[in-house]
Amino acid sequence: MEQAIPLSAPGSAAARREWPQEGWTRVPFWVYDDPEIYRRELETFFYGRTWNYVALACEIPEKGAYKRSWIGERQVVVVRGENDQIHVWENRCAHRGARVCWKNKGKEESFTCPYHQWNFGLDGTLQGVPLKRGVLRKGGMPADFDTGAHGLKTLSVHVEGGSIWASFAPDPLPFEQYCGEEVIASIRRQFPGKKLKLLGYNRQRIPGNWKLYFENLKDPYHATLLHSFLITFGLWRADTLSESIPADSGHSIMMSRNVGKKKSDAAAEIARFKEALELNDLDTVTPRKEFEDGKVVAITHFPSVVIHQQANTFGMRHVIPKGTGSFELAWTFFGYEDDDEEMTRLRVRHANLYGPAGFVAMEDGEVLAESQLGAHHYGHRNAVVEMGGREVAKQDHMVTEVLIRAFYKHYREMMGL
Amino acid sequence: MQGRIAPVVAPYARTAETAALENEIRRLYDEVADLLDQDEIERFPDHFVEDCVYQVVSRENYTENLPQAAIYCDGIGMVRDRVIALRETQVYVPRIWRHFISGVRITAIENDDIHARANFMVTEAMSDSDPALFLVGQYLDVLVREGASLKFRQRLAVFDNHHVRRSLIVPV
Repeated sequence: MEQAIPLSAPGSAAARREWPQEGWTRVPFWVYDDPEIYRRELETFFYGRTWNYVALACEIPEKGAYKRSWIGERQVVVVRGENDQIHVWENRCAHRGARVCWKNKGKEESFTCPYHQWNFGLDGTLQGVPLKRGVLRKGGMPADFDTGAHGLKTLSVHVEGGSIWASFAPDPLPFEQYCGEEVIASIRRQFPGKKLKLLGYNRQRIPGNWKLYFENLKDPYHATLLHSFLITFGLWRADTLSESIPADSGHSIMMSRNVGKKKSDAAAEIARFKEALELNDLDTVTPRKEFEDGKVVAITHFPSVVIHQQANTFGMRHVIPKGTGSFELAWTFFGYEDDDEEMTRLRVRHANLYGPAGFVAMEDGEVLAESQLGAHHYGHRNAVVEMGGREVAKQDHMVTEVLIRAFYKHYREMMGL
Repeated sequence: MQGRIAPVVAPYARTAETAALENEIRRLYDEVADLLDQDEIERFPDHFVEDCVYQVVSRENYTENLPQAAIYCDGIGMVRDRVIALRETQVYVPRIWRHFISGVRITAIENDDIHARANFMVTEAMSDSDPALFLVGQYLDVLVREGASLKFRQRLAVFDNHHVRRSLIVPV
């Protein structure tokens, strides 16, 4: 839904990037399309005092194992060092800025920049500079060159139940505090400290602003209407017990239950409920009971990741912005190391709901791209988010946009808008 | 859960018979590509055996031997369900895809299994823009004879793309 306001002349409120007077029930479309706003978002959120998801510990299972990852538009390397300590450093040489690590994943004893062969330890410290003392008593570094001061830029690291998080800030809030009570409880429910097992990746590039992805997962309203698969097979539907919980730091939680295929008055109203739809292989939509509380949960952990548990599939959906109008969505699917073969089979099958070809997620890629087209050159118009009222407190249903309103409350405070 | 069948590359005697077989496989690949390009996807499952493996999977997952795939079908029921979902439920912006297949070759003949591979390239044209390269990769297939026709015991479309542009709507 959108509401027309007069086309902005230079100097108008919209042109000055002033938030609409209605407040958080409106989202001006310039937030998705303005390069200056985007630059401030990177500084404020990705490179600021936030915690960003970078990897799972099971992806780097032994000493020297590493994985390249992203925080905003900056590439980082996640490495397992001595005594299982995990290090995250910028993938740019302290010397001339060239990328030190050229592979997505691997195992090394140390890292040598290919350009001038400066050598760095697993923890990012500078270990060696070739020709440091020159050749035939000529050249070389000044005698007072301090290798200790020229390591790779290291980040603050937190490991939570096998998920790895990093911050560019030397003094970020404690991770638990950054998450807030409800989000940390939801993370610990899914990451209780059991070892994780990597099941695979999916990567897609969606031509939309990165925030649209978070908003999509803060919008249970669309899921009950757009996604036939969820509705028809009772994986996510409006007539089940559910909660929409705004949380600290721009995070939120959507919670519901898998109830199976059934017809109800509410479902019959929804055009995409397909009573006659039958699958040949029902395993795709039939979860095995796993959590005592019977819930399915999607956590949006701002600004870097959406964590899902739906049916028996678990996924980290890493949001990697690529300019105002595009982002990479890197999905990491996983289970627990002690899953039996049947559970692994179900996790892999249920992941057919997600990723670029997912029965559900495919549709999100499509609508987000279309939303971005509706934002481009429409900075003078506003999206309307009034479903479920105008407030920002937790609600016990999914016919609501409360999570989007609460998000923009936080966003405006952080961005000074 | 059926794992992927590792492709076999083994020398075999090239005869008039194997040349004819390679031609037959080439015709099959053209036929399958054509039905996808012509939006006649209902015929797609006919080319698979009951306990087939069909996956569209990134080279990343394939190389690391990770079970997840973008499209993951274990058995013909799941292949048929892809068709049902596409026709009955999926919401997507209409576009045209076109397959280009080259380098079709038999890499081994082992008892009843014929291992074959080929390169594929798929272009995608949205209704308001020009075609663009969508997906490039390699088919790693295992074919068996069922009645008069060759069918896929396994079809893996292993793509080289780092990421899928936007969404992957139809099988490859």
